[in-house]
Amino acid sequence: MGLPIELTYLAASILFILGLKGLSHPESARRGMIFAEIGMLLAIVGTLLHREIVSYEWIIAGLIIGSLIGGAMSIWVPMTAMPQRTALSHAFGALAASLVGVSEYYRHGAGELGTFKMTALSLEVLLGGITVTGSLMAFIKLQDWIRGTPITYRGQNVFNMTLLALTVGMFVYLIFDPSAHALFYAMAGLAFVFGVLLVLPIGAADMPVVMSLMNSYAGLAAAATGFAISNNVLIIAGTLDGFSGFILSILMCRAMNRSITNVLFGAFGAETATAESGTLGAMREVKAEDMAVQLAYAGQVVFVPGYGMATAQAQHAVRELANILEARGVTVKYAIHPVAGRMPGHMNVLLAEANVPYSSLYDLEQINGEFPATDVAVVIGANDVVNPDARDNPKSPIAGMPILNVDRARSVVVLKRGKGKGFAGIENPLFFKPNCGMLYGDAKTSLIKLAGEVQNA
Amino acid sequence: MSTEVIIAGLYVFALAAFLGYQVISRVPPLLHTPLMSATNAISGISLVGSLVTAGANYSTLSTVLGFIAVTASTINVVGGFMITDRMLRMFKRQPGPKKDSTEEQKRA
Repeated sequence: MGLPIELTYLAASILFILGLKGLSHPESARRGMIFAEIGMLLAIVGTLLHREIVSYEWIIAGLIIGSLIGGAMSIWVPMTAMPQRTALSHAFGALAASLVGVSEYYRHGAGELGTFKMTALSLEVLLGGITVTGSLMAFIKLQDWIRGTPITYRGQNVFNMTLLALTVGMFVYLIFDPSAHALFYAMAGLAFVFGVLLVLPIGAADMPVVMSLMNSYAGLAAAATGFAISNNVLIIAGTLDGFSGFILSILMCRAMNRSITNVLFGAFGAETATAESGTLGAMREVKAEDMAVQLAYAGQVVFVPGYGMATAQAQHAVRELANILEARGVTVKYAIHPVAGRMPGHMNVLLAEANVPYSSLYDLEQINGEFPATDVAVVIGANDVVNPDARDNPKSPIAGMPILNVDRARSVVVLKRGKGKGFAGIENPLFFKPNCGMLYGDAKTSLIKLAGEVQNA
Repeated sequence: MSTEVIIAGLYVFALAAFLGYQVISRVPPLLHTPLMSATNAISGISLVGSLVTAGANYSTLSTVLGFIAVTASTINVVGGFMITDRMLRMFKRQPGPKKDSTEEQKRA
């Protein structure tokens, strides 16, 4: 590779890092992304000058088709579907990495492949394959094409571990004997199968972890590609992506007080929670009119959104209600739990879409101290992240998970579609507390009604 | 592959890992979704590998695999950057009319 190409790669690497650095604050984020975009453009143009590239028709076709699909997706995908889009893009990224890996292996006769290059290639195909099908499974679950509850069967973990051990065994064998062609393709195939099996038993509520993990694998697959074709910018970009996903996975797990292993192999929420509601007393249903009065004369109201807000597309209705309250002099804040929604930061994006200023969005640590001074906490389609059992009951399946202490607010209203349990299937004692009222119905309809009632109050 | 190339690659990996850890730890939870789509777009840089595979006429299979890889990574690069920007544009300190009033207050 010539010096000019290497220099564009160096520039691209620096610009990528500057771009991610920009994301440390919303004010500098867009400028940062422009740096990253320039870096990408430089690297692509630089690569097109590569002397091994002799024909351009397939490249141009791929660039055009890819731009059209990518552009169309990013313009039309609704913000509520961000988790699905992200899952798909992990699959695409990993697909590219694994195809380049297969092609490189096919091109080089086994004799040419040194131990190191073979390791990198196998790792690329292995991680890539798992990520492609794993992300597609996540996509299917997020899209509700199959039910979001964990799919389990007897001996699942043993079966999965055996398959993984077999695949890793092939991987190790290939490092010592790269000429075993059939084994290489078998390993690639098993990686694809393992991706499906890995995500099958994971419940929809654990998707933030799965998304982060797939993010990490897709990045590491790209980094492995970098090692396989000795390309530093690929190593850097892939590593950044891989570590970003890794950090997010840790943060998400910490926000649920669970380990990665537990998320992957625990099949959480499959058939837990048999505790009957009878012992907890009765839930108190409230009417929109009564709740509206409470809101209208409150000093501070905190909204606590969960995935239910996304499914009901209720973010704009939340904002409408908040506008009316703010016009009356009520302080409105939003409390965002790290694992609310189906991917990291999901709720923030939805509320930003509805024009909520980011200065009103509060993290768990920032807002928890404020609940005692809050007149009404409005829980919109969230359940487990406000379950006081996680804090108070060491026997609860979600014990130790940091929660939003909405039960400490003077009063709590829970907007909920029906009387059923949350995704994890765990009983929520919050709903039975004397300061908690339930407002049943579609979140969006309820919020619009509330807004109307507050205006009349 | 020579030992120097391998070692240099491992250096790059190790340093990028530390740097990435430092930079990404400072991204607030507020921006975690844009972070994911941004890193996704950036790791679409594997496009440069796909470009060589698609355009080097190694063999028909390589060209076809390369073509699919180019398409897939371009979707990520173009789509990733566009949607990141679409999200980041939505993050505002204060929405429309209020911004004016706070600015007026500052001037006053």
